[in-house]
Amino acid sequence: MGQVNLGLACVASLVAATALTPMAATAQTISDGTVKIGILNDQSGVYAEFGGRSSFEAARMAVEDFGGKVNGVPVEVITADHQNKPDIASSIARQWYDVDKVDAIMELTTSSVALAVQGISKEKRRIDIVTGAATTELTGKQCSPYGFHWVYDTRALAVGTGGALVAQGGNSWFFLTADYAFGYSLESETTKYVKSKGGEVKGSVRHPLSANDFSSFLLQAQASGAKVVGLANAGLDTANAIKQASEFGLVQGGQRLAGLLFTLAEVHGLGLKAAQGLTLTEGWYWDLNDETRAFGKRFQERAKRMPNMIHTGTYSAVTHYLKAVQAAGTDDAEAVAKKMRELPVQDVFAKDGRVQANGRMVHDMYLFEVKKPAESKGPYDYYKLLATIPGSEAFGKAEDSGCPSIGQ
Amino acid sequence: MDARPTDLMPAAAVPARRSDFNRALYTGLAVLGLACIVAAPFAIYPVFLMKILCFALFAAAFNLLIGYVGLLSFGHAAFFGGGAYASAHALKVWGWPPELGILFGAAVGALLGLVMGFFAIRRQGIYFAMITLALAQMVFFVCLQAPFTGGEDGIQNVPRGFLLGGLIDLSVNLNLYYVVLAITAFGLFAVWRVVHSPFGAVLQAIRENEPRAISLGYRVDRYKLGAFVMSAGLAGLAGGTKALVFQLATLTDVAWQMSGEVILMTLLGGIGTLPGPVVGAALVAALEHYFATSSFPVTIITGLVFMACVLLFRRGIVGEVLHRLRRR
Repeated sequence: MGQVNLGLACVASLVAATALTPMAATAQTISDGTVKIGILNDQSGVYAEFGGRSSFEAARMAVEDFGGKVNGVPVEVITADHQNKPDIASSIARQWYDVDKVDAIMELTTSSVALAVQGISKEKRRIDIVTGAATTELTGKQCSPYGFHWVYDTRALAVGTGGALVAQGGNSWFFLTADYAFGYSLESETTKYVKSKGGEVKGSVRHPLSANDFSSFLLQAQASGAKVVGLANAGLDTANAIKQASEFGLVQGGQRLAGLLFTLAEVHGLGLKAAQGLTLTEGWYWDLNDETRAFGKRFQERAKRMPNMIHTGTYSAVTHYLKAVQAAGTDDAEAVAKKMRELPVQDVFAKDGRVQANGRMVHDMYLFEVKKPAESKGPYDYYKLLATIPGSEAFGKAEDSGCPSIGQ
Repeated sequence: MDARPTDLMPAAAVPARRSDFNRALYTGLAVLGLACIVAAPFAIYPVFLMKILCFALFAAAFNLLIGYVGLLSFGHAAFFGGGAYASAHALKVWGWPPELGILFGAAVGALLGLVMGFFAIRRQGIYFAMITLALAQMVFFVCLQAPFTGGEDGIQNVPRGFLLGGLIDLSVNLNLYYVVLAITAFGLFAVWRVVHSPFGAVLQAIRENEPRAISLGYRVDRYKLGAFVMSAGLAGLAGGTKALVFQLATLTDVAWQMSGEVILMTLLGGIGTLPGPVVGAALVAALEHYFATSSFPVTIITGLVFMACVLLFRRGIVGEVLHRLRRR
């Protein structure tokens, strides 16, 4: 930790030295008389359900719960739809920072967008908090002193579904992998944790991106005799694979389906009949305790749906950001980022969460199994908790992340 | 145009006066337009304007092929995205200066165009479109799989650098705007020059009646391939410039949806008109940008605009305006 602090101190002094005098004079106050938070995500494309406008609702809810003001200054939330195009996201983010005086951009669904906006935020010295993207690059090689990764990442999903499921008896695996880099990295990460827990991988098959027909792949998975069929793909591919697996009776035949990136929103879209028996990892569920149930109900009244980990994570990110602004007494990115790392994350999303030097927020993850239709008491009553994965196990250490600004 | 001074002079003098008047009008409009373009970044956010310029160049390159040779390519995203990836890689990994990086993007676009064009021009109509689409999907697949493109993360944080060996700092948006403006102006001028050359006249002859052009002794394949390569090179130039502006190159640039988008831009603006693609690009980019903050899905709005275009003004915006003017 001494090394880490030294690195931070270096960055801080460097910034202080290069900052212009008038900026330094106002550094202890809130710029422009308002704190502005931008929620930038996909609201019309394939991830519109995953995060979408409900994330904006979650952010607004967080601001209202905070009192609408921080240090006597009003807090404003704005939103935009990046349509899954990094160039649109990039021009909106730049305009928000340059013209609209936005202090922090959050949500940032899909990796290409998150990396692009984190690059811009780093250049402009503003805070970005990613809740909707998976890549570990955000806190690895492309980390930023002002960038945070809040909810999940590919490693946490692999540890959760891969490692924890083996402990539950799922010790032989077969992978259905999307034939591109994301699929390979999910497969290889998960394989690592399956093997480290004493499980074995019986084989894998690669399917093309946006495949419609999974029958031959599913037959291979069935024939392999593996106890768990891991779906190292995302979005529609996962949904299609699950639907067709249910037609082939994979789960009824005693095999387990494991979705590596699947949330409550997708389960809701697919329906319990097709999704039953699926095992997945999420960072949050509304039916964990009284507090989460109360939050879920409040959110449902506003957004007409139950929140998944992305929505509650966005609520948590906004809340923690505002707490840090309050504690720092300024919206200057340097001071706020420091406070964000110092303060524990204590809210409905995370208990005793902490932010590592590389910007990774560490909190517990959960392994769930999707209920059978008969077990469910109503809409959104979908999960059975199988295991809790401690944050320290789910997320990597800052020293091992490859983030260049720490550990030097 | 109501200001036509017909009742003030003898009928015989009207044609000459009218052409004088038209010339004055067009010159006036051009000067006004130029002034607007130069002053625009002070009123509108420059990064957004640069995006319009990049897409205007891309659409103009596409229009060269469909508007003047009559070839509907469904794979132009391959050149655009290929150029973007090539430039981004050259700028970021090899540390090339921006002018060379962008030229490299254009060269890669042209080279891809040469290969794809070589196969595609052997067929006509729907088969031509399908071959370009298929080959472009192969380029997409390579970009998805090749390690240097970074898969779905793309190439990020491409440095903008300094132009002319350190003279102009491109990280300043305003500086970059004028550079992009110059590149786009060069590209549009190149298209205009090609269209109004003897070469362009042959291209248009091929568009009107290919067997006849053959019977006149033209080797139409060579002309078509030449136009295809030029169009691909300019699309690569647009892609390379875009990579510099947004400091990234991602799968969005090579995906088939991008090929569709450029068709939409050209169609909305007006196929076979020089300003059409520019207007179409500005319209589509503005819809994407300004409706991003509304709660209404952008794709639906774009779709409605497209339907309105097809049903009400099939010549596109500029095409319709020019048509009305000519009819008078």
